[in-house]
Amino acid sequence: MILSMTDICKDYPMGKSVTQVLKNVNLSVSEGDYIAIMGPSGSGKTTLMNIIGCLDVPTSGEYLFGEKDIKKCKKKQLADLRNKKIGFVFQSFNLLPKLTALDNVALPLLYGGVRRSERRRRAKEALERVGLADRVDYRPDQLSGGQCQRVAIARAIVGNPDVILADEPTGALDSQSGAQVMDLFHTLHEQGATILMITHDRNVAEHAETIMHIKDGVLTGGDQDE
Amino acid sequence: MFENIGLAFQGVWSHKLRSFLTMLGIIIGIAAIITIVSTIKGTNEQIKKNLIGSGTNTVQISLNRDGNEYDLQWSALPEGVRTVTEEDLSELRKLEGVKEASAYRYRSYADGIFYGNTAYSGALYGIDSHYFAANNYIINSGRGFTADDYTKYRKTAIVESTVASSLFNGEDPVGRTIEIMSEPYTVVGVVSQVVVNEPVINNLQDYYMYSAESGGTIFIPDVCWDISYRYDEPQRVVIRAKTTDEMATAGKAAADWLSENLIQGNTYAYKASDLLEQASNLQSLSQTTNNQLIWIAGISLLVGGIGVMNIMLVSVTERTREIGLKIAIGARGRRILWQFLTEAAVLTLMGGLLGVGAGIGLAYMLSNVMGTPVAISIPACVIAVAFSTLIGIIFGLVPAVKASRLNPIEALRHE
Repeated sequence: MILSMTDICKDYPMGKSVTQVLKNVNLSVSEGDYIAIMGPSGSGKTTLMNIIGCLDVPTSGEYLFGEKDIKKCKKKQLADLRNKKIGFVFQSFNLLPKLTALDNVALPLLYGGVRRSERRRRAKEALERVGLADRVDYRPDQLSGGQCQRVAIARAIVGNPDVILADEPTGALDSQSGAQVMDLFHTLHEQGATILMITHDRNVAEHAETIMHIKDGVLTGGDQDE
Repeated sequence: MFENIGLAFQGVWSHKLRSFLTMLGIIIGIAAIITIVSTIKGTNEQIKKNLIGSGTNTVQISLNRDGNEYDLQWSALPEGVRTVTEEDLSELRKLEGVKEASAYRYRSYADGIFYGNTAYSGALYGIDSHYFAANNYIINSGRGFTADDYTKYRKTAIVESTVASSLFNGEDPVGRTIEIMSEPYTVVGVVSQVVVNEPVINNLQDYYMYSAESGGTIFIPDVCWDISYRYDEPQRVVIRAKTTDEMATAGKAAADWLSENLIQGNTYAYKASDLLEQASNLQSLSQTTNNQLIWIAGISLLVGGIGVMNIMLVSVTERTREIGLKIAIGARGRRILWQFLTEAAVLTLMGGLLGVGAGIGLAYMLSNVMGTPVAISIPACVIAVAFSTLIGIIFGLVPAVKASRLNPIEALRHE
């Protein structure tokens, strides 16, 4: 078991009233899972992603990441958790424009306190895994959108995280690049990676082993309890 | 840490114009301070040099009446004060730190001295046989005073090299006869001081302050003083200390000894001229006005600091997404804080370095244009650079804290 969520609720104050964005969400992710969470915009999928990614905290409910109770973690511990256990892939890549592909990929290792030579070695390895061994010294503005997203995926896997969280990974790509990225996820999953992806695109979601749906803050489907 | 500094340099370099404009406030402030400090230090060192001279280590000891210097020219020896004898001087030489001692009489503007039809205007000194040694004179040509000159009351004179050129019009003075108060004296030698320290004179005030030392001098044996001037005038004593550091203590010891042994009553006393004190008095005068200037320059540093804070806040806003991503992939808040603090510090450090460079340049330029003396103070430069770096850290704190506390979700969504 990598993570488990029990009765997770998230409320946002909107003026005087309170909007309940997530309603009693239950979710568990085990090693080797490839889950897609589908839902239209405003369904609460981004909020769920933020909570899973330890960027946000739930209003109520229990969230265990490994053995750790997220509610009891301090900011510093959450930062370390994100650094070592989670790999983020964003819709808009979020690469640092002034750094080379290699330095972008090595960034999480820098914050993890890994030595420079080791960082470079592991970043190169990660870039090879996403098929960009020949683009090591390119900066993001010299790469295509699909290549950028693959650099971002390399950044997500460089620290060997427990889970890869992908937020609309193909949302900013043309269909051909999108397909390449999905193939890459497929390969990574076959190599044993655990992937959790949110999307609104059924074609994308169908690559996953398990598809779950979220609507108005309620998560349904998959092998989870209804 | 080094990664941060490297990245900070990159950041500063990638916005050259913006960084330079941000630094400008710091550069101007630091440059102004360095210019002022260099000029103050230069002025102070010049005052010290002019007053003390470089290396002669001589201290003048003069007779004081009720605490003020008693005019020794044209007046008789006051009652209760006796003449300084050769025995007294040899006692002075035994004092701690005293290398040589000599007594003399003088006129700072002697009249009645002629070479042919040319009148001499300058100083006349009646000296004992130790005076040249005490004041570090060497003989350029001819000879010095011999024992016979003193015992046989020979009317001989020795002139300073400046007099040789001014009064004798370039001819060799040795062997020529000059007239002092209607008495003929034979010039036997030309001397000059070994450590020639020409006082730097920039204005009339300086001229009056240092002119006594810069005018020419004619020396005669003190035994001949009575021949020309006819009465027993008080003497001054000059001692030469072994080292510059001993000048003050040796001078005071000699003055105290003279007061104790030569004077009866409390009206008169011998006092060593404390040149260091005189120098520091003159220096503190210029210091007070310049301290105010430094405060004004400090205001420009404050303005520069605010400029740095402003640009750092802009930079934080511009890089909100970058900060959000860094936090998301596990950078701790402290790390973001240090990144921005380092960047601000690097910015002002460079400003400080450029400011010091500009300040030194400006000081030398002022010196060329206006003739003000310059002395670069290394500690002042180091402090200035350190202080400007500190300004970066202080004014970078607010933006850096703001960056480190960004909410990563909102930051990542920032356009």
